[in-house]
Amino acid sequence: MAQSDTEILAGLAEIVNEETGLDPAEVQPEKSFTDDLDIDSLSMMTIVVNAEEKFGVRIPDDEVKNLNTVGDAVTYIKNAQG
Amino acid sequence: MGLLEGKKLLITGVLMDSSIAFHVAKLAQEEGAQVVLTSFGRTMKITSTIAKRLPQPAPVIELDVTDAEHLATLADRLKEHLDGLDGVLHSIGFAPPGAFNFMEGSWEDVATAVQVSAYSLKALAAATLPLMPDGGALVGLTFDAKFAWPVYDWMGVAKAAFESTNRYLARDLGPQQIRCNLVAAGPIRTTAAKSIPGFEAFEQVWDERAPLGWDVRDPEPAARACVALMSDWFPATTGEILHVDGGVHAMGQ
Repeated sequence: MAQSDTEILAGLAEIVNEETGLDPAEVQPEKSFTDDLDIDSLSMMTIVVNAEEKFGVRIPDDEVKNLNTVGDAVTYIKNAQG
Repeated sequence: MGLLEGKKLLITGVLMDSSIAFHVAKLAQEEGAQVVLTSFGRTMKITSTIAKRLPQPAPVIELDVTDAEHLATLADRLKEHLDGLDGVLHSIGFAPPGAFNFMEGSWEDVATAVQVSAYSLKALAAATLPLMPDGGALVGLTFDAKFAWPVYDWMGVAKAAFESTNRYLARDLGPQQIRCNLVAAGPIRTTAAKSIPGFEAFEQVWDERAPLGWDVRDPEPAARACVALMSDWFPATTGEILHVDGGVHAMGQ
């Protein structure tokens, strides 16, 4: 079931908050996971696995390295949901 | 009847669903085994989520193989889920980045690699021994340590120690009917493999040399061998290293 960008962003912000304690309001589309949000590779894996469960999609390891910004992840999840 | 019908297994090393250990756990369940997983520290959360993707969700208990307290309490914590063990999968390895440079690697980095990747096999065997009074099977995963590989460096030395540890365990645990064997798999693109700088170099070797061919994306051949070694179909095999590498180990240049 496809969700809107806003719904996916809110869901991702919740996952990021659970993993890192970051304020969900900080999780904006233009933010880079590593440079802006300071998320390391292990946290990123946790976020990806939780996002897969929450949004009912698969994000292959090879794709994860292309998800530089929060917006990249939202777009990927939206497309994967079809 | 499944190959592992009624068997109770402890499986370490499940991180992602690309992990070799995940596929061992999955196949083992499909073959009738009951499975408990271990994970540690920050990876606990990932393993716990991934564990739900198995045919039957499996409990996850914490085990850092360098933590004496974790090892000392492992048998008791396992008893909360299983009343004994028939098999243990060791799928644990780590080397700090510095260990992947042979001439520059420091002793501290090498010591960590050897402790986590080799000594841990003995530590895990000792910790689970009380749950295998009637014998059992210990299976580990190696990367053929007979050769000097590109980039593997001190991890290769740690694997040589791991393979030797397996032989000494076979000697000391044989009288208790505990079989100790390793699977030497070809390169598989798991999270652990991708953390090795220059891992692609291995892929090229296998592309060129495996007579059966080799798919770096397919962990199932290695997982099947682990399941077979934990079954009753290798009753007189111990101290062995079974190559699941498309045949590369047997080829000359």
